[in-house]
Amino acid sequence: MPEPFLSLATSIIEIHRLIRQFDDKVALNDLTLTVPRGGVFGLIGGNGAGKTTLIRHILGMLKARTGSVRVFGLDPITDPVGVLGRIGYLSEDRDLPNWMRVHQLMRYTAAFYPNWDSHYAQELRDAFDLDPKAKVKTLSRGQRARAGLLIALAHRPDLLVLDEPSSGLDPVVRRDILGAIIRTIADEGRTVFFSSHLLDEVERVADRVAIIHEGKILLTASMDDIKESHRRMTLRFERAMSQPPSLIGTLACEGAGVEWTYICSGETVQLRRAAESIGATIVDDAAMTLDEIFVSRIQSSVAMPL
Amino acid sequence: MREVEVMQIHISTHDKVPIYLQVVNQIRYLVAAGRLAAGDELPPIRVLAEQLVVNPNTIARAYRELEQAGIVEKRRTAGTYVTEQGSPLARRERLKILTERIDQLLAEALQMDVKLEDIIKLVNQRSTALNASRLKDSTDA
Repeated sequence: MPEPFLSLATSIIEIHRLIRQFDDKVALNDLTLTVPRGGVFGLIGGNGAGKTTLIRHILGMLKARTGSVRVFGLDPITDPVGVLGRIGYLSEDRDLPNWMRVHQLMRYTAAFYPNWDSHYAQELRDAFDLDPKAKVKTLSRGQRARAGLLIALAHRPDLLVLDEPSSGLDPVVRRDILGAIIRTIADEGRTVFFSSHLLDEVERVADRVAIIHEGKILLTASMDDIKESHRRMTLRFERAMSQPPSLIGTLACEGAGVEWTYICSGETVQLRRAAESIGATIVDDAAMTLDEIFVSRIQSSVAMPL
Repeated sequence: MREVEVMQIHISTHDKVPIYLQVVNQIRYLVAAGRLAAGDELPPIRVLAEQLVVNPNTIARAYRELEQAGIVEKRRTAGTYVTEQGSPLARRERLKILTERIDQLLAEALQMDVKLEDIIKLVNQRSTALNASRLKDSTDA
C-alpha cells in the first residue's frame, strides 16, 4: 500500500511491521521504525539484536517478505537505482575490492554516481592521507575504513548509512568518522543513519535514537527526551518493606528495608508526585547516562516482556 | 574584541548533565571568570561542533540558551558575541551562578547538621583570610 504523500516529505526511512526469519531464528520481529529527514539517527543494540539485518533491508540487499520498507518513499527492491544512487554506505566489514588501487577505486565508484564530486573526493583523500597508488589489500584497518568512508561521502549522498562505523578502530580514525558524520549533516537536509554499540559516541553525535533488542524497537525518541525522561530515584519509606511499592513508569527497582532505588521513565514532576503519593521521601534523584538507560531498558524488557 | 578560535570546553559523556548543558555551563563560567570578554565572537556552530565532536544541533541549542540568558547576542553578521557583562541581565546571570553554588553549600550543611549562623561566620572568616593573602601577594610583587 502506498504511503501518504505527506509522510514522504518528512521522513527518509519508513519501516512497517517488518518480520525476518533465518531458519528458526527470528532476526526482525514485527519491527516498525520511522527516520525523519535531517539530523543523525543512532540505532543502538547489542550483538545479534538485528541492526545489520535491518540495514540490509534498507539497502535492498534483503527483500521484505512480511511488512514494508520505504526509503525516500521508494521500495529499495523495485527501485534500486532511485534508492542506492542517493545513499552512501559503509559496512561493518568495509568490504572493498582488494585488487584495486585507491585511485582506481575512486574512479570505479565515481562511474556509478552522477553526483560524484571529484574535487571533494580529492579533498577527502588528502585529509585522510590516503596514497592513491596503494593497493586496497595493503591498507591498514584504519586506512581501509577511511577509503570506505571516502567513497561513501564523495557523491554527497542524501542519506549516509554506517553500520558499526567505529568497530575495531583506533580513536584517531573514529574521530575522523564522527567528524565526517558531523560535516555531512551540517550540509542542509542530509540524514545520517548509523548503528553502534558504543554509546558514548552515539550520545555525542546522534539527535535521535532507537534501541533495538531481539529484532524489536524498544524505544525511539530524541536524545534530549531520552536523557530528560529517565531518572534514578532513591525513595525512603517510613517503615521497612519486603517488596518495593509499585511506582508508575518503573523500569527496575533495587533495595531493601526502608530505602529502595527506582529507575523510572516519565516527567520528573509526575514521578516526584507519584513517589510522594505512596508515602515516600525522595532522598536522591539523579539523571542517568545513555549507557545506564540502555542497560535498564534491555533488562526490563527481559523481565517484563512488552 | 577578538574571534575566539578554540574555546576551552570539555565534554564528557560519563557526566549525567546533557551535553548542551555542559556547553552552556562552561561558557557561562568562562564569561563569569573573565576568560571570555564582552565583544568576543564565539566560534560558528559547525566549527565548535567539529571541535567537540558533537551534533551541531546540540551547539545550536546551547547558543540559544545562552542568548536567552543574555550572555551572548546574535549580530546582523550572523556571528554570536559575548554581551557587555555590566548590564543588569549579566549581573543577574552572575548572581544566578552563585545562587546555585550557595544552594549546594546549604544542602551539604544541612546534611552535616551545621547551623546557618556558623556558615555565615565561616564565610566571613574565609573572606578575611583570602583578603589578607591577596594583600600579601600584592606587596610581595
